[in-house]
Amino acid sequence: MLPENLLDPSLVLNTSTALDELTLEIVPEKILEALRALKAQKFERFVSVTAVDRYPMEPRFEVVYHMQSVARNLRVRLKCRVTGDNPKIASATVVYAAANWYEREAFDLFGIDFEGHPNLTRIMMPDFWQGHPLRRDYPVHGHKYDYKSE
Amino acid sequence: MSHTITAEPEEKQSSHTRRMTLNMGPQHPSTHGVLRVVLELDGESIFKATPDIGFLHTGIEKQCEALNWHQVITLTDRVDYLANLSNNLCYSLAVEKLLQMEIPPKAQYLRVLLAELTRINSHLVWLGTHALDIGAMTVFFLCFREREDILRLFEMFSGQRLMTSYIRIGGLALEPPRGWEKRVKTFIDGLPSKIDEYESLLNTNPIWLKRTKGVGKISVEEMLEIGLTGPCIRGAGIPFDARKMTPYSSYEKFQFEVPTSTDNDVYARYECRVREMRESAKIVQQAMAGMPEGPVQADAPKAVLPERERMKTQMESLIYHFKIVTEGISVPVGEVFQVVESPRGELGYYVVSDGTAKPLRVHMRTPSFGNLQGLPNMIESRGIADSIAIMGSLDFVLGDCDR
Repeated sequence: MLPENLLDPSLVLNTSTALDELTLEIVPEKILEALRALKAQKFERFVSVTAVDRYPMEPRFEVVYHMQSVARNLRVRLKCRVTGDNPKIASATVVYAAANWYEREAFDLFGIDFEGHPNLTRIMMPDFWQGHPLRRDYPVHGHKYDYKSE
Repeated sequence: MSHTITAEPEEKQSSHTRRMTLNMGPQHPSTHGVLRVVLELDGESIFKATPDIGFLHTGIEKQCEALNWHQVITLTDRVDYLANLSNNLCYSLAVEKLLQMEIPPKAQYLRVLLAELTRINSHLVWLGTHALDIGAMTVFFLCFREREDILRLFEMFSGQRLMTSYIRIGGLALEPPRGWEKRVKTFIDGLPSKIDEYESLLNTNPIWLKRTKGVGKISVEEMLEIGLTGPCIRGAGIPFDARKMTPYSSYEKFQFEVPTSTDNDVYARYECRVREMRESAKIVQQAMAGMPEGPVQADAPKAVLPERERMKTQMESLIYHFKIVTEGISVPVGEVFQVVESPRGELGYYVVSDGTAKPLRVHMRTPSFGNLQGLPNMIESRGIADSIAIMGSLDFVLGDCDR
């Protein structure tokens, strides 16, 4: 159903189709090229970008992009693996404006640095927050929060 | 969530005599929840708008990773509290896809029926509050009158008015109660005349027309670029609806239209939603007429809790019950992005499993988050009063946005 040769082979590390969904693993340094190429092929919608923490595996984070073509009724998932030590990747905002808040969310909750983002600040947690809650090594319970000293 | 507001650079301000920064929310009634918008005003018109979200962030995605697969259902209710069944459905479909589970037709039809009742419920709340914001108070009372009927139906099905948790992995939580057909039929047959009543109050109301027509226009390309979905993009003429594009839960068997309008303003979104309510009523009627016979839960003893009666009388069922409750179910390794059409737009659950009893990651691509991102583009260079109408037309729920 899905054309598997959407992207230039030099950008793609791995292609897999599971449960009718196409996943392309992209070379992290070439993510912008991949996004531009998809946009040129009528993938006009940037659905979301998020991350998956594979702690304690290394490279630790998977940055996951979901894209959709409304005109062709296709969906594709792009994936980049980035290291746990100072994770960073180029910001998709230069290609798709919709990436703005999603990248801020991934920065806030996972601590991934999206380089070139116009306003990479916390979006869900307060500005003074320490740590990134959605990381696997961040505790679910037991965080002490002192409202009075704010 | 931001505590500091950075002022505009000096050179931008110098061209105007005086610009005022106004803080709207987080407790402003028209923001429907806790949204804060920092408005930079030039007299009465908005020069720059900066939405500030996160006040209702409750860490639902983090909690999902700490609960087992079945328990997560209760959290999905709380994501979008006006479309709880759509969220239950989306999560269940995602996990069922990972489990490659076949759902019996009766459960699929009941899911469609409930999802459409949810859509009507959500649109009624939207219409009532949106009209109230703009100054038409009666509509609010009428909408909430019908909404109460839907909540009573939900209560009848699940025992809960809002946090239903009725759609579960593998089907539904319970057999539908005795006499539900009659109650749903009475409600749904009466609904079109009630919608006529709302329209008679609004469609010729000069205040309503003045405040909604031609307000909140942005181009279709911009809408796609920012990622607006749901009635907002359908109001711009694109028949973008997951129920038609990638049918789930046997939506392909139903005859319905996707209402669109080309005006691309607040009124167009109102028109789309009202027509959607009529289409939803039709879908509910079709689901009632064609309701298949059979069980409401999949035959998968390792993943679905056994019926209460069987659990008490059969040893095998008791063992499965014990194992599912204590250990949880194991879902094969994999990832899935499931999309359903929630009342607000495209709702997507990205669920990753590492083969254990708990999800590795549940990401919710919620429509309110995507739609709210387009707010500055719509309200900048318009008056403050218009911003109220435009915010209403986006129909966001902050619980859905902040999660």
